[in-house]
Amino acid sequence: MKRIESINDFVIKFANVNGTGSASANNLFAKALFRMGVPVSPKNIFPSNIQGLPTWYEVRVNDKGYLGRRGGIDIALSVNPQSMADDIREVLPGGYFIYDDTKPLDLRLWRDDITIIGLPLSRLCNENYDDPRQRQLFKNVIYVGALAALLDIDFKVLTGLLEDQFKGKKNLVLPNTHALELGYHYAQANIACPLSIRVEKSDKVGDKILLDGNTALGLGALYGGATVAAWYPITPSTSVVDAFEKYAKRVRIDPGTGRRNYAIVQAEDELSAIGMVIGASWNGARSFTATSGPGISLMSEFLGLAYFAEIPTVLFNVQRAGPSTGMPTRTQQSDILACAYASHGDTKQVLLFPSTPKECFDFGALSFDLAERLQTPIILMTDLDLGMNDNMSEPLAWDDARKYDRGKVMTAQQLEDGMEFGRYLDVDGDAICYRTYPGTHPTKGAFFTRGTSRNEYAVYTEKGEEYEANMLRLLRKWDTINEYVPAPITVDCGRQTDTAVLYFGTSEESSLEALDYLALEGIYLNAMRVRAFPFNYEVQEYIERHKEVFVVEQNRDAQLRTLLMAEFEFGPDKLKSVLCFDGTPISARNIGKQIKNYLKGDNVLPLHRNVNLVRAGESL
Amino acid sequence: MSYQVPKFRHPDLPLNDLGYTKADYEGTISTLCAGCGHDSISGSIVRACHELSIEPHKIAKLSGIGCSSKTPAYFLGKSHGFNSVHGRMPSVVTGAALANRDLVYLGVSGDGDTASIGMGQFTHVARRNLNMVYIVMNNGCYGLTKGQDSATADRGSASKKGDPNIYSAIDLCGTALQMGATFVARSFSGDKEQLLPLIKAAMSHRGFAFIDVVSPCVTFNNNPQSTKSYEFVREHSEATGTIDFVPMHKEITAQYQPGSSHEVTMHDGSSLRLYKADESLNPFDRRSAITALEDHRYSGSILTGLIYINEDSRDLHEVLETSQRPLNQLDEADLCPGNKMLININASLR
Repeated sequence: MKRIESINDFVIKFANVNGTGSASANNLFAKALFRMGVPVSPKNIFPSNIQGLPTWYEVRVNDKGYLGRRGGIDIALSVNPQSMADDIREVLPGGYFIYDDTKPLDLRLWRDDITIIGLPLSRLCNENYDDPRQRQLFKNVIYVGALAALLDIDFKVLTGLLEDQFKGKKNLVLPNTHALELGYHYAQANIACPLSIRVEKSDKVGDKILLDGNTALGLGALYGGATVAAWYPITPSTSVVDAFEKYAKRVRIDPGTGRRNYAIVQAEDELSAIGMVIGASWNGARSFTATSGPGISLMSEFLGLAYFAEIPTVLFNVQRAGPSTGMPTRTQQSDILACAYASHGDTKQVLLFPSTPKECFDFGALSFDLAERLQTPIILMTDLDLGMNDNMSEPLAWDDARKYDRGKVMTAQQLEDGMEFGRYLDVDGDAICYRTYPGTHPTKGAFFTRGTSRNEYAVYTEKGEEYEANMLRLLRKWDTINEYVPAPITVDCGRQTDTAVLYFGTSEESSLEALDYLALEGIYLNAMRVRAFPFNYEVQEYIERHKEVFVVEQNRDAQLRTLLMAEFEFGPDKLKSVLCFDGTPISARNIGKQIKNYLKGDNVLPLHRNVNLVRAGESL
Repeated sequence: MSYQVPKFRHPDLPLNDLGYTKADYEGTISTLCAGCGHDSISGSIVRACHELSIEPHKIAKLSGIGCSSKTPAYFLGKSHGFNSVHGRMPSVVTGAALANRDLVYLGVSGDGDTASIGMGQFTHVARRNLNMVYIVMNNGCYGLTKGQDSATADRGSASKKGDPNIYSAIDLCGTALQMGATFVARSFSGDKEQLLPLIKAAMSHRGFAFIDVVSPCVTFNNNPQSTKSYEFVREHSEATGTIDFVPMHKEITAQYQPGSSHEVTMHDGSSLRLYKADESLNPFDRRSAITALEDHRYSGSILTGLIYINEDSRDLHEVLETSQRPLNQLDEADLCPGNKMLININASLR
């Protein structure tokens, strides 16, 4: 058997039982590598359950800085008998399977093409701990200790992390350090360490941080000046408001009075949550909600009101696998169409597509400026993969000179000075009209906000021409919006090519990596990352310039491709789909294989697109 | 369509303490049916705001969808209004009130908007004790869609179409009490003497003030078989008593017999004087109020007047400990922690 040999380039997958405290131990492992200067990309694959079901933690380690899901498992560490059969099957030939050999391995699972290593985790726990809960918790720490020996992880980095995590509290640091040592010494004494797959100190991390997108979004809302957060708990968005609250408690308490410069309401449902956001925004506060697919469906009626009545609204959608309840703890980018045209009637909603935690922070804060400037809902489209996993990211930064753009709000003084006020009167020619906050002026500037048709002065009308003029103004506003939303980012392959790939959000890392693989085989593609809807004119021009464009997305129905075709009237021959919708993040190997298959001459797209799909684990 | 009310006013219209006439609190001309109970309620709202000397622009009026929800166009023309989504007015008011605690929030809804599609939001805004006045113009039917029974129609009551209602009725006052409303009253659009002081008291109350106003639908539900007709309500209502609302700075001139009345001091310093007609009801006790509602339901009469009041409750802003300065007046200096904190956060994430 030829063992996989690799330094700082492998995928390790931990198979645990949820509710056993494995997440923090696995996190300790990933963070240790990160502190050694090695790029890591951990992904938590968890069930919609609190305790007792299989959960996995997959860490991609890659010195080149590829952070997308690679596909394939080099090392599996199994402490969950429930999923052992699948876990061992997934290991690539030449890889390693590490398991708790307190109970002997079922011989039917044995594989000759991988190295199987036993660690007596339960036995070590039983010998060292009396308390059942401690046995469960420290089992996880013990295997991290063993991995330190097996993979040559700097032990001091691990103990340093424990010091930081427990803020030097000896009664917590010491037992955890002891558990690490138990594992470390066992492996050193009983197994040939290190393995052919190992880590080495590196310098590829720079000043990057390891952060989940939801925390970054919560911080973005905090920095963006949000004061009213209304939400209804739903996976995977819940931690957005949790993060907002955590930091608001630190920095938004008035030192003089002890009172809060923010309000958070857990609403009775998503309808109410978005209603509160709209009410607060109408009244001049910056407000937001966070939700996921089912919440989007419920919020749609209100999104139509906010579009039509032109009320700033900020909504963070952390997408998960649908439809219906779908796979609530798995990732997808499948709410694109539901959000882009949310609500009945003719609507178009502004979407932002961040792809890193840094961008979650930046776009999160930007959402409030855009919502107030453009007086319309801003739907920030992230997903479970970005939202709930620690992602390596550029550090967060804020320009202290930055002022919030509160948009066109007519003041009492302007009204007093005789400035003409018509709530839906386009005085500047950009189709964005002035609004007033309630309570501004005793006799001027009041208006009636409504979801019914009205004229330029907000007076109810059923005249077709007035309704039509307003709808056409909203379409002109869409052109103005184009100038404000983040522009796409392109990567030129430096060769002559008429083929490009277009992606957004969390497909970025895997797409870029796939392009590198393809380039090695002499296949060159330009690349564009779309960051917003409306698509900037640049996107149209870019697609027109190329003969074929592969649109990479994580849904079944090629929703972004549909949106591009609807907005620009491209024919189906121009845009090809690269799709993944099994609930796991799209992998580089998958993208590469789909593109290669097509370019090899298999260039009639099958009627059923999934014929082209490759399981994440399959090799290129 | 909205029509402007003629601008001409009698030159001697009385001014309130702020120098406004009642006309300054009016809206556009109502487009509801002639004789609609809702118009009387609008009239009482106008009078209450004028007499309370609330600055017209310091009130925000919000509604859902339906005949009743159209009325905010017909009063308080100098106030911002929001005709929102069917059954969702409570959430919009909640957000608005969180953004600016300094305005008076008046929510207007109907029995369909509140007791059916909006039941969830209604119950939750009550339990949060949002500082607002919530008026339901209750006619037991869906007017805009031509007279279907609503969830407040009594069992056996029949609208103009003639089929008796087969479901039991939701008593919104009872629901409001159960959910934790801190001011609960019922009135009748045809009884301005009772309604006006109730609206004033509700506006002075800090917390969730609910008034269920039976307001007959002259077009679809004012027939003899209906329990929401003018005639039926007049004949079957029993008042808890009468109330006088005394603004803070007005000298009390009337003489009252000691022992027959209770005085409640409201949060804004005004006072409420209750003359009880029904000795069995203690409007300061929620259990007593619930019992009184049940007793009247059992006897087939309609209990009107102030049913419950709790002036010591904490409203949503108190519970959330929000800043005394309205949140919508805070700026970058108050809200943004600056780059220095991010540097620390970044360091903790390495």
